[in-house]
Amino acid sequence: MNAPVNRHRNILDFALSSLIRRKAKNLSLLFVYTLIVFVIASLIFFVHALKREAALLLEGAPGIVVQKMMAGRHDLIPVEYAREVEKMRGVRKVTPRYWGYYYDRAFGANYTLMVPEAGRPRPGSVFIGSGVAENQRVKAGDFITFGAHDGLPLLLTVERIFPAESELVAADLVLMDMPDFQSMFGMPEGRATDLAVTVANPRELATVARKVAGRFPDSRPIMKSEILRTYDAIFDWRGGMMVVVLGVALISFIIFAWDKATGLSADERREIGILKSVGWETSDVLLLKFWEGAVISMTAFLAGVLLAYGHVFFFSAALFAHALKGWSVLYPEFRLVPAADGYQLSVLFFLSVLPYTVATIVPAWLAATVDPDAAMRS
Amino acid sequence: MRKSTVFLSFTGINAALFAIMLAHAAMSQDAARALEERRAEMVRELMLTDLCIFTEARYTRNPSMADFHAPFQDHPGALEHFPSGSLVSPPSPGAYPPVPARLHERPR
Amino acid sequence: MIELTDVTKTFNAGLESRFTAVDGVSLAIEPGKVTVLKGPSGSGKTTLLSLIGCMSRPTSGRITLRGMRTGFLPDGDPPAGFDISSLPERFLTEIRRTGFGFIFQQFGLVKGITALENVMLPAYPAGEDMSGIRNRAIGLMGLFDLNRHADAKVDWLSGGELQRVAIARALINDPSTIIADEPTAHLDSKLSREFMEVAGRLNQDGKTVIIASHDPIVFDSPLVDTVVEMRDGRVTATEKRA
Repeated sequence: MNAPVNRHRNILDFALSSLIRRKAKNLSLLFVYTLIVFVIASLIFFVHALKREAALLLEGAPGIVVQKMMAGRHDLIPVEYAREVEKMRGVRKVTPRYWGYYYDRAFGANYTLMVPEAGRPRPGSVFIGSGVAENQRVKAGDFITFGAHDGLPLLLTVERIFPAESELVAADLVLMDMPDFQSMFGMPEGRATDLAVTVANPRELATVARKVAGRFPDSRPIMKSEILRTYDAIFDWRGGMMVVVLGVALISFIIFAWDKATGLSADERREIGILKSVGWETSDVLLLKFWEGAVISMTAFLAGVLLAYGHVFFFSAALFAHALKGWSVLYPEFRLVPAADGYQLSVLFFLSVLPYTVATIVPAWLAATVDPDAAMRS
Repeated sequence: MRKSTVFLSFTGINAALFAIMLAHAAMSQDAARALEERRAEMVRELMLTDLCIFTEARYTRNPSMADFHAPFQDHPGALEHFPSGSLVSPPSPGAYPPVPARLHERPR
Repeated sequence: MIELTDVTKTFNAGLESRFTAVDGVSLAIEPGKVTVLKGPSGSGKTTLLSLIGCMSRPTSGRITLRGMRTGFLPDGDPPAGFDISSLPERFLTEIRRTGFGFIFQQFGLVKGITALENVMLPAYPAGEDMSGIRNRAIGLMGLFDLNRHADAKVDWLSGGELQRVAIARALINDPSTIIADEPTAHLDSKLSREFMEVAGRLNQDGKTVIIASHDPIVFDSPLVDTVVEMRDGRVTATEKRA
């Protein structure tokens, strides 16, 4: 064992001794510190994993979705538009999408009803998402009843339930055949909800979108890049709730550092005087203060991050579910694929560990450089 | 046992767990490839545009299909859906490609 | 041998509250002897002790050390000794740590930790293995019959016990010189005499002992070799006995 290692360990021992002496204060500080790191780290893991999934999954989204606007509102689109758009250069295929929202009063939930392009259920049958199945408490073979647009009930058999793993994209889906869809919504002939456009060359997306908007001024083309960008901005740090959470965390870290930085108590000053008088150098005293700060901040950081990882990926971010759920009755269980964003974790590290450790050392500097002679007079 | 031994062991274990955590994330991603492929296939087949996260309103269920005034389509004074409304934002104005010039000429 | 030549220490120089604690003192402390600085409070004894023990620097004058083993002069010092007045802090601290053991008037122990940890404290930064320090500390505490208090927090100890812990702490780095400032101020006569016995034992082990006191039990003790009388920061008389 060589001298520098021993020096660090000995001084670390005394630092721990000092921290334990004010046990209650330091334990509660550690607890709050860890909690803050836990919340921020949970957010980092959750948002990063969600964005990653979104980017992966929505790669398969349509190249352009064309909506029609009427009086500033989203209106149904004439299917003839599809034929014209298909003729445009660069467009490979245009598929009308038939989908809509259905609010089930009895169960208080919103479902998305849809007619898939291929693989439609038989008339009278539906494929439903796991969220719908749970909400209605049905299994394959059971019946569900929807209220059609004409006021009459529509009885449908649940033929298939999508697996829970598809929740993130299909939790609220109800797939049905066209006749049933028309019974539900009564969409006028020749109308669809919107058009899904497949473009031959992805780089031509903007050009095609501009052409569509030019040909149909009342249309609103939405490009895949915009669809993906929505999810880049989701949970944006600048948005609403995130600002509150981040703000609270920042203020907390500032308070921790401030408490340390506003100087030492008389007790601490006396102790430093004693240490200097028995032969500790200024650098030894500063090392002591460094360890005092590092013990708390390192422990809080590691524990907070580890707990956050477990919370988000093993407990499906259970604590956030309450906060995020809002009015939603139907809500997916966030079984996200674990992902760690090194950059953001590093930022968190520098935000949480560095200022606190520095704030512990700096005020001690002045006291540490004082002549030990003062101890003789105390 | 020495306090520093306890602390250093504890921290060492934490640091090791931290490393395991990072490795776990990497391994899980490999393992989940098949699952993600299945989900992506579903998105392609059904031509979906959004993840199903917030189901309480049109503009929160399909935020990419909504625009800035969608939350107010029901009523200008409609209640904002919380917290999803403050967590998801609609596509930026770039979604609207610039309107071609000839439209500014009105036929008489 | 510690030699002071025309040493002056002024506090708050250049300010209204300027105060000269030690004024032009020239003194030679002989190694292996017991020296007592005698004088009323305010005579500059404490300041002089802190200058001798390398805890502060003189405002003017020279302090020379000879024959003190230090880490940075392993081959021994030059025949004229070396002047500590202008040494950088790092070296000064090393001399202080290895050469001098201090016993302060108020003991200066760290509250809230055990007696044992207090005794071990001065040796922490030197890089020695903890078990070695611990064994030495336990040995020292045994010398002063403190072992049963080893794991007790110093807040619970009596004046005499604190005194002995302070002495044990002063010895942890095996210094060649022991400096004590008014050691019997908080002790009764019995404990004061016990202290002088301990001082005598340390002297017999070859240590230089310097005590500042206005207690007759100290300066009238037969163990004392030299008495230096002080008043108003100056040496008024020097008495060599035996």
